[in-house]
Amino acid sequence: MKLPGLGEFTWRDVGIEARLLLIGIPVFIWTMIPIYHMFVFAISPKEDAFSGKLWPVHPTLNNFEIVFHQKHYFLRDFWLQFGNSVFIAAAVGILTLLIATCAAFSISRLKVPGSRMVMNLALFTYFIPAAFLAVPMYRTMGNYGLLNSHLALILAMVTIASPYAIWVLKQASDKLPVELDEAAVMDGATTLQIFRLVYVPLMMPSLVAIGTYAVLLAWNEYLYAFLLLSNEKQLTLPVALGNFLAADDSPWELLMTTGFIYALPPAAVYYAFKRYMVGGLTAGAVKS
Amino acid sequence: MAITLSASDIPGAPLSARLSPPQVWGILLLVPYLLIFAAFVVYPVGYGLWLARQPSSYVALFHDPIFARAAVNTLIFLVIGINIKMLIALFLSGFFVQQRGWIKWLSVVFILPWAVPSIPTILSVRFMLNPEWGMVNQLIFKFTGEDGPNWLNDPTVALSMAIGVHIWKSLPFWTLILMTGRLAIPHDLFEAADVDGATWWQKFRFITWPSMQTLYITCTLLSMIWTLGDFNSVYLLTGGGPADLTHVLSTLGIRYLRLDQLSLAMASIVCALPFVLPLVYFMMKRLSR
Repeated sequence: MKLPGLGEFTWRDVGIEARLLLIGIPVFIWTMIPIYHMFVFAISPKEDAFSGKLWPVHPTLNNFEIVFHQKHYFLRDFWLQFGNSVFIAAAVGILTLLIATCAAFSISRLKVPGSRMVMNLALFTYFIPAAFLAVPMYRTMGNYGLLNSHLALILAMVTIASPYAIWVLKQASDKLPVELDEAAVMDGATTLQIFRLVYVPLMMPSLVAIGTYAVLLAWNEYLYAFLLLSNEKQLTLPVALGNFLAADDSPWELLMTTGFIYALPPAAVYYAFKRYMVGGLTAGAVKS
Repeated sequence: MAITLSASDIPGAPLSARLSPPQVWGILLLVPYLLIFAAFVVYPVGYGLWLARQPSSYVALFHDPIFARAAVNTLIFLVIGINIKMLIALFLSGFFVQQRGWIKWLSVVFILPWAVPSIPTILSVRFMLNPEWGMVNQLIFKFTGEDGPNWLNDPTVALSMAIGVHIWKSLPFWTLILMTGRLAIPHDLFEAADVDGATWWQKFRFITWPSMQTLYITCTLLSMIWTLGDFNSVYLLTGGGPADLTHVLSTLGIRYLRLDQLSLAMASIVCALPFVLPLVYFMMKRLSR
Protein backbone atom coordinates (compact mmCIF):
# COMPACT_ATOMS: atom_id res chain seq x y z
CA MET A 1 0.00 0.00 0.00
CA LYS A 2 1.31 3.41 -0.93
CA LEU A 3 1.54 5.87 1.95
CA PRO A 4 0.03 9.30 1.28
CA GLY A 5 2.66 11.91 0.56
CA LEU A 6 3.47 14.42 3.28
CA GLY A 7 2.32 17.47 1.31
CA GLU A 8 -0.98 15.86 0.38
CA PHE A 9 -1.56 15.02 4.04
CA THR A 10 -1.12 18.57 5.37
CA TRP A 11 -3.31 20.05 2.65
CA ARG A 12 -6.10 17.74 3.70
CA ASP A 13 -5.60 18.76 7.34
CA VAL A 14 -5.65 22.43 6.47
CA GLY A 15 -8.88 21.88 4.56
CA ILE A 16 -10.54 20.19 7.53
CA GLU A 17 -9.25 22.84 9.91
CA ALA A 18 -10.56 25.62 7.68
CA ARG A 19 -13.98 24.04 7.49
CA LEU A 20 -14.06 23.65 11.29
CA LEU A 21 -13.10 27.30 11.70
CA LEU A 22 -15.87 28.23 9.28
CA ILE A 23 -18.31 26.72 11.78
CA GLY A 24 -16.47 27.76 14.94
CA ILE A 25 -16.17 31.48 14.22
CA PRO A 26 -19.92 32.10 13.56
CA VAL A 27 -20.75 30.00 16.64
CA PHE A 28 -18.44 32.15 18.74
CA ILE A 29 -19.88 35.41 17.41
CA TRP A 30 -23.49 34.23 17.79
CA THR A 31 -22.84 33.17 21.38
CA MET A 32 -21.01 36.28 22.45
CA ILE A 33 -23.05 39.09 20.84
CA PRO A 34 -25.71 39.63 23.55
CA ILE A 35 -23.19 39.15 26.35
CA TYR A 36 -20.64 41.43 24.74
CA HIS A 37 -23.32 44.05 24.10
CA MET A 38 -24.27 43.92 27.77
CA PHE A 39 -20.63 44.27 28.77
CA VAL A 40 -20.04 47.25 26.46
CA PHE A 41 -23.07 48.99 28.00
CA ALA A 42 -21.82 48.26 31.50
CA ILE A 43 -18.50 50.05 30.85
CA SER A 44 -19.94 52.91 28.79
CA PRO A 45 -20.80 56.35 30.06
CA LYS A 46 -24.36 57.35 29.18
CA GLU A 47 -23.51 59.31 26.02
CA ASP A 48 -21.36 56.48 24.61
CA ALA A 49 -23.95 53.82 25.38
CA PHE A 50 -26.47 55.30 22.98
CA SER A 51 -24.06 55.98 20.13
CA GLY A 52 -23.97 52.36 18.93
CA LYS A 53 -20.18 52.06 19.07
CA LEU A 54 -18.60 48.61 19.20
CA TRP A 55 -16.22 49.82 21.90
CA PRO A 56 -16.85 52.92 24.06
CA VAL A 57 -14.63 55.96 23.46
CA HIS A 58 -14.22 56.49 27.20
CA PRO A 59 -14.58 53.14 28.97
CA THR A 60 -15.39 53.62 32.64
CA LEU A 61 -16.26 51.68 35.77
CA ASN A 62 -18.43 54.53 36.94
CA ASN A 63 -21.65 52.55 36.30
CA PHE A 64 -20.52 49.87 38.72
CA GLU A 65 -19.88 52.52 41.34
CA ILE A 66 -23.38 53.95 40.85
CA VAL A 67 -24.89 50.49 41.26
CA PHE A 68 -22.77 49.49 44.25
CA HIS A 69 -23.51 52.76 46.05
CA GLN A 70 -27.18 52.72 45.01
CA LYS A 71 -26.86 56.22 43.57
CA HIS A 72 -29.87 56.04 41.27
CA TYR A 73 -33.60 56.08 41.92
CA PHE A 74 -34.07 52.64 40.30
CA LEU A 75 -31.23 51.18 42.32
CA ARG A 76 -32.07 52.46 45.78
CA ASP A 77 -32.70 48.91 47.05
CA PHE A 78 -30.01 47.13 45.05
CA TRP A 79 -28.23 45.44 47.95
CA LEU A 80 -31.49 44.53 49.65
CA GLN A 81 -32.72 42.92 46.43
CA PHE A 82 -29.40 41.19 45.92
CA GLY A 83 -29.73 39.82 49.46
CA ASN A 84 -33.30 38.69 48.75
CA SER A 85 -32.10 36.78 45.71
CA VAL A 86 -29.29 35.14 47.69
CA PHE A 87 -31.62 34.21 50.55
CA ILE A 88 -34.28 32.72 48.28
CA ALA A 89 -31.76 30.79 46.16
CA ALA A 90 -30.10 29.36 49.28
CA ALA A 91 -33.42 28.43 50.90
CA VAL A 92 -34.67 26.74 47.72
CA GLY A 93 -31.38 24.84 47.39
CA ILE A 94 -31.45 23.55 50.96
CA LEU A 95 -35.16 22.66 51.02
CA THR A 96 -35.04 20.94 47.62
CA LEU A 97 -32.03 18.89 48.67
CA LEU A 98 -33.69 17.83 51.93
CA ILE A 99 -37.00 16.88 50.35
CA ALA A 100 -35.57 15.23 47.25
CA THR A 101 -32.88 13.24 49.08
CA CYS A 102 -35.40 11.83 51.54
CA ALA A 103 -37.84 10.97 48.76
CA ALA A 104 -35.19 9.41 46.51
CA PHE A 105 -33.83 7.32 49.40
CA SER A 106 -37.31 6.07 50.17
CA ILE A 107 -38.18 5.33 46.53
CA SER A 108 -34.89 3.79 45.45
CA ARG A 109 -33.49 2.11 48.57
CA LEU A 110 -36.44 1.29 50.83
CA LYS A 111 -38.85 0.54 47.99
CA VAL A 112 -41.92 1.39 50.04
CA PRO A 113 -45.16 0.19 48.45
CA GLY A 114 -46.60 3.01 46.37
CA SER A 115 -43.28 4.83 46.01
CA ARG A 116 -43.23 4.12 42.28
CA MET A 117 -46.49 5.97 42.07
CA VAL A 118 -44.89 8.94 43.85
CA MET A 119 -42.05 8.88 41.32
CA ASN A 120 -44.54 8.98 38.46
CA LEU A 121 -46.45 11.85 40.05
CA ALA A 122 -43.21 13.78 40.44
CA LEU A 123 -42.26 13.04 36.84
CA PHE A 124 -45.67 14.26 35.70
CA THR A 125 -45.16 17.53 37.58
CA TYR A 126 -41.80 17.89 35.88
CA PHE A 127 -43.60 17.99 32.53
CA ILE A 128 -46.20 20.62 33.41
CA PRO A 129 -44.92 23.78 31.68
CA ALA A 130 -43.93 26.18 34.47
CA ALA A 131 -45.84 29.11 32.98
CA PHE A 132 -49.04 27.04 32.96
CA LEU A 133 -48.74 26.12 36.61
CA ALA A 134 -48.01 29.76 37.44
CA VAL A 135 -51.62 30.84 36.82
CA PRO A 136 -53.33 28.61 39.39
CA MET A 137 -50.29 28.83 41.67
CA TYR A 138 -50.77 32.58 41.94
CA ARG A 139 -54.35 32.16 43.10
CA THR A 140 -53.41 29.32 45.42
CA MET A 141 -50.80 31.44 47.16
CA GLY A 142 -53.48 34.11 47.54
CA ASN A 143 -55.84 31.57 49.12
CA TYR A 144 -53.10 30.47 51.50
CA GLY A 145 -52.45 34.11 52.38
CA LEU A 146 -48.83 33.81 51.28
CA LEU A 147 -48.78 36.39 48.46
CA ASN A 148 -46.04 39.02 48.76
CA SER A 149 -43.94 36.88 51.04
CA HIS A 150 -40.61 35.22 50.32
CA LEU A 151 -42.08 31.99 51.62
CA ALA A 152 -44.48 31.87 48.66
CA LEU A 153 -41.65 32.12 46.14
CA ILE A 154 -39.51 29.62 48.03
CA LEU A 155 -42.31 27.05 48.19
CA ALA A 156 -43.21 27.57 44.54
CA MET A 157 -39.61 27.10 43.44
CA VAL A 158 -39.18 24.00 45.63
CA THR A 159 -42.31 22.59 43.97
CA ILE A 160 -40.79 23.17 40.55
CA ALA A 161 -37.26 22.03 41.40
CA SER A 162 -37.97 18.88 43.40
CA PRO A 163 -39.49 16.59 40.72
CA TYR A 164 -36.36 16.72 38.58
CA ALA A 165 -34.20 16.52 41.70
CA ILE A 166 -35.99 13.37 42.90
CA TRP A 167 -35.75 11.81 39.48
CA VAL A 168 -32.03 12.45 39.04
CA LEU A 169 -31.25 11.31 42.59
CA LYS A 170 -33.34 8.17 42.10
CA GLN A 171 -31.47 7.32 38.89
CA ALA A 172 -28.15 7.85 40.67
CA SER A 173 -29.07 5.84 43.75
CA ASP A 174 -30.42 2.95 41.67
CA LYS A 175 -26.81 2.49 40.57
CA LEU A 176 -25.51 1.99 44.13
CA PRO A 177 -25.22 -1.75 44.87
CA VAL A 178 -27.94 -3.22 47.14
CA GLU A 179 -25.23 -5.20 48.95
CA LEU A 180 -24.12 -2.00 50.68
CA ASP A 181 -27.45 -1.65 52.46
CA GLU A 182 -27.59 -5.35 53.22
CA ALA A 183 -24.13 -5.31 54.75
CA ALA A 184 -25.05 -2.30 56.86
CA VAL A 185 -28.21 -4.06 58.08
CA MET A 186 -26.09 -7.12 58.99
CA ASP A 187 -23.92 -4.86 61.11
CA GLY A 188 -27.05 -3.73 62.90
CA ALA A 189 -27.37 -0.28 61.34
CA THR A 190 -30.78 1.34 61.60
CA THR A 191 -32.44 2.86 58.56
CA LEU A 192 -31.45 6.35 59.60
CA GLN A 193 -27.84 5.30 60.10
CA ILE A 194 -27.78 3.81 56.60
CA PHE A 195 -29.18 7.07 55.29
CA ARG A 196 -26.68 9.25 57.12
CA LEU A 197 -23.54 7.13 57.01
CA VAL A 198 -23.84 5.15 53.78
CA TYR A 199 -26.32 6.79 51.44
CA VAL A 200 -25.59 10.51 51.74
CA PRO A 201 -21.76 10.22 51.52
CA LEU A 202 -21.99 7.99 48.45
CA MET A 203 -24.48 10.30 46.77
CA MET A 204 -22.38 13.43 47.34
CA PRO A 205 -21.57 14.18 43.66
CA SER A 206 -25.25 13.97 42.66
CA LEU A 207 -26.26 16.01 45.70
CA VAL A 208 -23.84 18.77 44.72
CA ALA A 209 -25.25 18.73 41.19
CA ILE A 210 -28.86 18.90 42.39
CA GLY A 211 -28.12 21.58 44.98
CA THR A 212 -26.48 23.68 42.27
CA TYR A 213 -29.39 23.05 39.91
CA ALA A 214 -31.96 24.21 42.48
CA VAL A 215 -29.93 27.27 43.50
CA LEU A 216 -29.48 28.36 39.88
CA LEU A 217 -33.15 27.73 39.08
CA ALA A 218 -34.25 29.93 41.97
CA TRP A 219 -31.69 32.66 41.29
CA ASN A 220 -32.68 32.85 37.62
CA GLU A 221 -36.45 32.68 38.08
CA TYR A 222 -38.33 35.67 36.73
CA LEU A 223 -41.98 34.73 36.15
CA TYR A 224 -42.85 33.37 39.59
CA ALA A 225 -40.91 36.10 41.37
CA PHE A 226 -42.71 38.74 39.35
CA LEU A 227 -46.14 37.24 40.06
CA LEU A 228 -45.71 36.40 43.72
CA LEU A 229 -43.75 39.42 44.98
CA SER A 230 -44.81 43.01 44.53
CA ASN A 231 -43.45 44.94 47.49
CA GLU A 232 -40.37 46.95 46.41
CA LYS A 233 -38.38 45.81 49.45
CA GLN A 234 -39.07 42.12 48.79
CA LEU A 235 -38.27 41.95 45.10
CA THR A 236 -35.52 39.76 43.79
CA LEU A 237 -33.01 41.17 41.31
CA PRO A 238 -34.60 39.83 38.10
CA VAL A 239 -37.93 41.48 38.92
CA ALA A 240 -36.18 44.73 39.75
CA LEU A 241 -34.43 44.50 36.37
CA GLY A 242 -37.75 43.93 34.62
CA ASN A 243 -39.17 47.00 36.37
CA PHE A 244 -36.56 49.19 34.69
CA LEU A 245 -38.54 48.62 31.50
CA ALA A 246 -41.62 50.32 32.89
CA ALA A 247 -40.03 53.76 32.66
CA ASP A 248 -39.66 55.63 29.36
CA ASP A 249 -36.30 57.14 30.25
CA SER A 250 -34.77 53.94 31.58
CA PRO A 251 -31.06 54.27 32.34
CA TRP A 252 -30.10 51.38 30.07
CA GLU A 253 -26.40 51.55 30.88
CA LEU A 254 -27.24 51.03 34.57
CA LEU A 255 -29.75 48.31 33.73
CA MET A 256 -27.05 46.45 31.79
CA THR A 257 -24.53 46.97 34.58
CA THR A 258 -26.93 45.56 37.14
CA GLY A 259 -27.76 42.71 34.78
CA PHE A 260 -24.07 41.99 34.33
CA ILE A 261 -23.53 41.87 38.10
CA TYR A 262 -26.61 39.68 38.48
CA ALA A 263 -25.38 37.26 35.79
CA LEU A 264 -21.91 36.79 37.30
CA PRO A 265 -22.72 34.63 40.37
CA PRO A 266 -24.68 31.95 38.49
CA ALA A 267 -22.05 31.80 35.75
CA ALA A 268 -19.32 31.41 38.39
CA VAL A 269 -21.31 28.72 40.22
CA TYR A 270 -21.98 26.92 36.96
CA TYR A 271 -18.34 26.81 35.94
CA ALA A 272 -17.17 25.93 39.45
CA PHE A 273 -19.51 22.92 39.60
CA LYS A 274 -19.40 22.08 35.89
CA ARG A 275 -17.68 18.79 36.67
CA TYR A 276 -20.69 17.69 38.72
CA MET A 277 -23.26 19.32 36.46
CA VAL A 278 -22.11 17.58 33.31
CA GLY A 279 -21.82 14.17 34.93
CA GLY A 280 -24.77 14.40 37.26
CA LEU A 281 -27.33 16.25 35.22
CA THR A 282 -26.87 15.51 31.55
CA ALA A 283 -26.71 11.79 32.22
CA GLY A 284 -30.04 12.07 33.97
CA ALA A 285 -31.61 14.70 31.76
CA VAL A 286 -32.34 12.43 28.85
CA LYS A 287 -32.02 8.71 29.21
CA SER A 288 -31.32 7.17 25.82
CA MET B 1 -37.22 -8.20 62.81
CA ALA B 2 -39.01 -11.43 63.70
CA ILE B 3 -41.39 -9.58 66.00
CA THR B 4 -42.47 -7.15 63.31
CA LEU B 5 -42.90 -9.97 60.84
CA SER B 6 -45.22 -11.86 63.16
CA ALA B 7 -47.10 -8.68 63.96
CA SER B 8 -47.74 -8.23 60.27
CA ASP B 9 -49.53 -11.59 60.18
CA ILE B 10 -52.15 -10.50 62.68
CA PRO B 11 -55.16 -9.32 60.74
CA GLY B 12 -56.52 -6.00 61.81
CA ALA B 13 -53.33 -4.90 63.51
CA PRO B 14 -52.68 -1.15 63.23
CA LEU B 15 -50.87 -0.13 60.07
CA SER B 16 -47.70 0.84 61.89
CA ALA B 17 -47.47 -2.65 63.38
CA ARG B 18 -47.83 -4.32 60.00
CA LEU B 19 -44.91 -2.46 58.48
CA SER B 20 -41.24 -3.08 59.18
CA PRO B 21 -39.26 -0.12 60.60
CA PRO B 22 -37.54 0.61 57.29
CA GLN B 23 -40.92 0.84 55.62
CA VAL B 24 -42.24 3.18 58.29
CA TRP B 25 -39.18 5.35 57.68
CA GLY B 26 -39.73 5.05 53.96
CA ILE B 27 -43.22 6.48 54.28
CA LEU B 28 -42.09 9.21 56.68
CA LEU B 29 -39.34 10.27 54.27
CA LEU B 30 -41.86 10.58 51.45
CA VAL B 31 -44.14 12.83 53.50
CA PRO B 32 -42.31 16.14 52.89
CA TYR B 33 -42.56 15.78 49.13
CA LEU B 34 -46.15 14.55 49.27
CA LEU B 35 -47.11 17.60 51.34
CA ILE B 36 -45.52 19.94 48.80
CA PHE B 37 -47.17 17.99 45.98
CA ALA B 38 -50.61 18.14 47.59
CA ALA B 39 -50.42 21.81 48.55
CA PHE B 40 -48.76 23.24 45.45
CA VAL B 41 -49.61 20.87 42.61
CA VAL B 42 -52.82 18.96 43.35
CA TYR B 43 -54.68 21.84 44.92
CA PRO B 44 -53.73 24.52 42.35
CA VAL B 45 -54.35 22.22 39.38
CA GLY B 46 -57.70 21.07 40.76
CA TYR B 47 -58.70 24.60 41.69
CA GLY B 48 -57.63 25.88 38.27
CA LEU B 49 -59.63 23.22 36.45
CA TRP B 50 -62.63 24.05 38.62
CA LEU B 51 -62.29 27.72 37.68
CA ALA B 52 -62.24 26.77 34.00
CA ARG B 53 -65.40 24.66 34.21
CA GLN B 54 -67.83 27.16 32.68
CA PRO B 55 -68.49 26.90 28.93
CA SER B 56 -68.92 30.68 28.81
CA SER B 57 -65.18 31.18 29.41
CA TYR B 58 -64.43 29.08 26.32
CA VAL B 59 -66.94 31.03 24.26
CA ALA B 60 -65.31 34.27 25.40
CA LEU B 61 -61.89 32.80 24.69
CA PHE B 62 -62.73 31.77 21.14
CA HIS B 63 -64.15 35.19 20.46
CA ASP B 64 -60.89 36.79 21.51
CA PRO B 65 -58.75 37.29 18.36
CA ILE B 66 -55.65 37.48 20.56
CA PHE B 67 -56.18 33.87 21.60
CA ALA B 68 -56.34 32.60 18.01
CA ARG B 69 -53.21 34.56 17.19
CA ALA B 70 -51.42 33.25 20.28
CA ALA B 71 -52.34 29.67 19.39
CA VAL B 72 -50.91 30.10 15.88
CA ASN B 73 -47.79 31.78 17.25
CA THR B 74 -47.30 28.94 19.73
CA LEU B 75 -47.55 26.40 16.90
CA ILE B 76 -45.01 28.33 14.82
CA PHE B 77 -42.73 28.60 17.85
CA LEU B 78 -42.91 24.87 18.52
CA VAL B 79 -43.01 23.35 15.05
CA ILE B 80 -40.60 25.66 13.24
CA GLY B 81 -38.51 27.07 16.09
CA ILE B 82 -37.83 23.84 17.93
CA ASN B 83 -37.07 21.82 14.81
CA ILE B 84 -34.60 24.42 13.58
CA LYS B 85 -32.99 24.48 17.01
CA MET B 86 -32.70 20.70 17.24
CA LEU B 87 -31.26 20.41 13.72
CA ILE B 88 -28.61 23.00 14.55
CA ALA B 89 -27.92 21.20 17.84
CA LEU B 90 -27.53 17.91 15.98
CA PHE B 91 -25.12 19.53 13.55
CA LEU B 92 -23.12 21.36 16.23
CA SER B 93 -22.89 18.25 18.41
CA GLY B 94 -20.89 16.73 15.55
CA PHE B 95 -18.68 19.81 15.50
CA PHE B 96 -18.03 19.86 19.25
CA VAL B 97 -17.02 16.20 19.49
CA GLN B 98 -13.98 16.95 17.28
CA GLN B 99 -10.75 16.55 19.23
CA ARG B 100 -9.15 20.01 19.05
CA GLY B 101 -7.79 22.24 21.76
CA TRP B 102 -9.56 25.33 20.46
CA ILE B 103 -12.87 23.51 20.12
CA LYS B 104 -12.62 22.53 23.79
CA TRP B 105 -12.19 26.21 24.66
CA LEU B 106 -15.01 27.20 22.35
CA SER B 107 -17.33 24.71 24.05
CA VAL B 108 -16.60 26.40 27.39
CA VAL B 109 -17.69 29.75 25.91
CA PHE B 110 -20.56 28.18 24.00
CA ILE B 111 -22.27 27.06 27.22
CA LEU B 112 -22.45 30.68 28.52
CA PRO B 113 -26.02 31.42 27.29
CA TRP B 114 -27.22 28.43 29.29
CA ALA B 115 -25.17 29.36 32.37
CA VAL B 116 -26.23 33.01 32.65
CA PRO B 117 -29.76 34.11 33.60
CA SER B 118 -32.02 34.93 30.66
CA ILE B 119 -33.33 38.30 31.88
CA PRO B 120 -30.24 40.50 31.34
CA THR B 121 -29.30 38.85 28.05
CA ILE B 122 -32.81 39.13 26.60
CA LEU B 123 -32.96 42.78 27.66
CA SER B 124 -29.58 43.25 26.02
CA VAL B 125 -30.96 41.88 22.74
CA ARG B 126 -34.02 44.06 23.16
CA PHE B 127 -31.93 47.17 23.32
CA MET B 128 -29.70 46.00 20.51
CA LEU B 129 -32.81 45.88 18.29
CA ASN B 130 -34.06 49.32 19.35
CA PRO B 131 -34.81 51.15 16.06
CA GLU B 132 -33.18 54.46 17.03
CA TRP B 133 -30.53 53.70 19.63
CA GLY B 134 -29.82 50.02 19.11
CA MET B 135 -26.44 48.86 17.91
CA VAL B 136 -27.87 46.89 14.98
CA ASN B 137 -29.63 49.81 13.31
CA GLN B 138 -26.77 52.21 14.05
CA LEU B 139 -24.39 49.83 12.27
CA ILE B 140 -26.82 49.46 9.36
CA PHE B 141 -26.96 53.25 9.13
CA LYS B 142 -23.19 53.57 9.28
CA PHE B 143 -22.62 51.10 6.44
CA THR B 144 -25.58 51.73 4.14
CA GLY B 145 -26.77 55.18 5.12
CA GLU B 146 -30.30 53.80 5.34
CA ASP B 147 -32.49 53.44 8.39
CA GLY B 148 -32.75 49.85 9.55
CA PRO B 149 -36.11 48.14 10.02
CA ASN B 150 -38.16 48.66 13.17
CA TRP B 151 -37.39 45.13 14.34
CA LEU B 152 -39.84 44.63 17.16
CA ASN B 153 -42.69 46.56 15.58
CA ASP B 154 -43.51 43.97 12.93
CA PRO B 155 -45.25 40.92 14.40
CA THR B 156 -43.55 38.39 12.10
CA VAL B 157 -40.06 39.81 12.65
CA ALA B 158 -40.68 40.24 16.38
CA LEU B 159 -41.82 36.64 16.77
CA SER B 160 -38.82 35.42 14.77
CA MET B 161 -36.57 37.43 17.06
CA ALA B 162 -38.24 35.83 20.10
CA ILE B 163 -37.62 32.40 18.56
CA GLY B 164 -34.01 33.47 17.95
CA VAL B 165 -33.62 34.46 21.59
CA HIS B 166 -35.07 31.12 22.65
CA ILE B 167 -32.65 29.28 20.37
CA TRP B 168 -29.73 31.36 21.63
CA LYS B 169 -30.57 30.44 25.21
CA SER B 170 -31.27 26.71 24.94
CA LEU B 171 -29.13 25.60 22.00
CA PRO B 172 -26.06 24.89 24.22
CA PHE B 173 -28.04 22.57 26.50
CA TRP B 174 -29.40 20.41 23.67
CA THR B 175 -26.05 20.38 21.88
CA LEU B 176 -24.49 19.06 25.08
CA ILE B 177 -27.14 16.34 25.39
CA LEU B 178 -26.76 15.27 21.76
CA MET B 179 -22.97 15.27 22.22
CA THR B 180 -23.27 12.65 24.95
CA GLY B 181 -25.34 10.63 22.48
CA ARG B 182 -22.68 10.92 19.79
CA LEU B 183 -19.88 10.03 22.18
CA ALA B 184 -21.70 6.84 23.13
CA ILE B 185 -21.42 5.47 19.57
CA PRO B 186 -18.56 2.91 19.43
CA HIS B 187 -15.64 4.41 17.56
CA ASP B 188 -14.70 1.27 15.62
CA LEU B 189 -17.91 1.61 13.59
CA PHE B 190 -16.53 4.81 12.07
CA GLU B 191 -13.11 3.25 11.56
CA ALA B 192 -14.66 0.33 9.71
CA ALA B 193 -16.67 2.77 7.58
CA ASP B 194 -13.48 4.71 6.80
CA VAL B 195 -11.79 1.51 5.65
CA ASP B 196 -14.76 0.88 3.37
CA GLY B 197 -14.40 4.39 2.00
CA ALA B 198 -17.75 5.69 3.26
CA THR B 199 -18.54 9.35 2.64
CA TRP B 200 -19.39 11.84 5.36
CA TRP B 201 -23.09 11.55 4.51
CA GLN B 202 -23.08 7.76 4.46
CA LYS B 203 -21.45 7.67 7.91
CA PHE B 204 -24.14 9.97 9.24
CA ARG B 205 -26.97 8.17 7.48
CA PHE B 206 -25.99 4.62 8.42
CA ILE B 207 -24.12 4.94 11.74
CA THR B 208 -24.80 8.23 13.55
CA TRP B 209 -28.49 8.70 12.82
CA PRO B 210 -29.67 5.13 13.58
CA SER B 211 -27.96 5.19 16.98
CA MET B 212 -29.16 8.70 17.83
CA GLN B 213 -32.67 8.90 16.45
CA THR B 214 -34.45 7.84 19.65
CA LEU B 215 -32.46 10.35 21.68
CA TYR B 216 -33.07 13.03 19.07
CA ILE B 217 -36.82 12.51 18.99
CA THR B 218 -37.04 12.38 22.79
CA CYS B 219 -35.09 15.62 23.01
CA THR B 220 -37.32 17.30 20.42
CA LEU B 221 -40.51 16.34 22.26
CA LEU B 222 -39.08 17.32 25.64
CA SER B 223 -37.96 20.65 24.24
CA MET B 224 -41.45 21.24 22.84
CA ILE B 225 -43.07 20.62 26.23
CA TRP B 226 -40.62 22.95 27.96
CA THR B 227 -40.92 25.62 25.30
CA LEU B 228 -44.66 25.80 25.95
CA GLY B 229 -43.65 27.14 29.35
CA ASP B 230 -41.09 29.58 27.97
CA PHE B 231 -42.44 32.88 29.18
CA ASN B 232 -39.27 34.97 29.21
CA SER B 233 -38.26 34.86 25.53
CA VAL B 234 -41.49 36.46 24.35
CA TYR B 235 -42.48 38.55 27.35
CA LEU B 236 -39.13 40.24 27.92
CA LEU B 237 -38.38 40.82 24.25
CA THR B 238 -41.69 41.94 22.79
CA GLY B 239 -44.02 42.05 25.80
CA GLY B 240 -46.57 40.36 23.51
CA GLY B 241 -46.62 43.44 21.29
CA PRO B 242 -47.03 45.07 18.87
CA ALA B 243 -50.78 45.19 19.49
CA ASP B 244 -50.75 41.82 21.31
CA LEU B 245 -49.83 40.05 18.07
CA THR B 246 -46.81 38.11 19.31
CA HIS B 247 -48.30 36.42 22.36
CA VAL B 248 -47.79 32.71 22.88
CA LEU B 249 -49.98 30.64 25.20
CA SER B 250 -47.69 31.08 28.21
CA THR B 251 -47.63 34.88 28.00
CA LEU B 252 -51.34 34.99 27.13
CA GLY B 253 -52.25 33.08 30.31
CA ILE B 254 -50.26 35.58 32.37
CA ARG B 255 -51.84 38.47 30.45
CA TYR B 256 -55.35 37.28 31.37
CA LEU B 257 -54.17 36.79 34.93
CA ARG B 258 -52.92 40.37 35.10
CA LEU B 259 -56.27 41.56 33.70
CA ASP B 260 -57.96 39.61 36.50
CA GLN B 261 -59.64 37.23 34.04
CA LEU B 262 -58.57 34.06 35.79
CA SER B 263 -61.20 31.82 34.21
CA LEU B 264 -60.02 32.89 30.75
CA ALA B 265 -56.41 32.26 31.75
CA MET B 266 -57.25 28.75 32.89
CA ALA B 267 -59.46 28.11 29.85
CA SER B 268 -56.59 29.00 27.50
CA ILE B 269 -54.38 26.50 29.35
CA VAL B 270 -57.08 23.81 29.26
CA CYS B 271 -57.28 24.29 25.47
CA ALA B 272 -53.58 23.44 25.22
CA LEU B 273 -53.95 20.23 27.25
CA PRO B 274 -55.11 17.97 24.37
CA PHE B 275 -51.76 18.70 22.71
CA VAL B 276 -49.63 18.64 25.86
CA LEU B 277 -50.95 15.51 27.56
CA PRO B 278 -50.07 13.03 24.76
CA LEU B 279 -46.53 14.45 24.71
CA VAL B 280 -46.33 14.16 28.50
CA TYR B 281 -47.68 10.60 28.38
CA PHE B 282 -45.08 9.63 25.79
CA MET B 283 -42.26 11.22 27.79
CA MET B 284 -43.36 9.51 30.99
CA LYS B 285 -43.35 6.14 29.25
CA ARG B 286 -39.82 6.85 28.00
CA LEU B 287 -38.41 8.12 31.27
CA SER B 288 -40.10 6.05 33.97
CA ARG B 289 -38.61 2.76 32.81
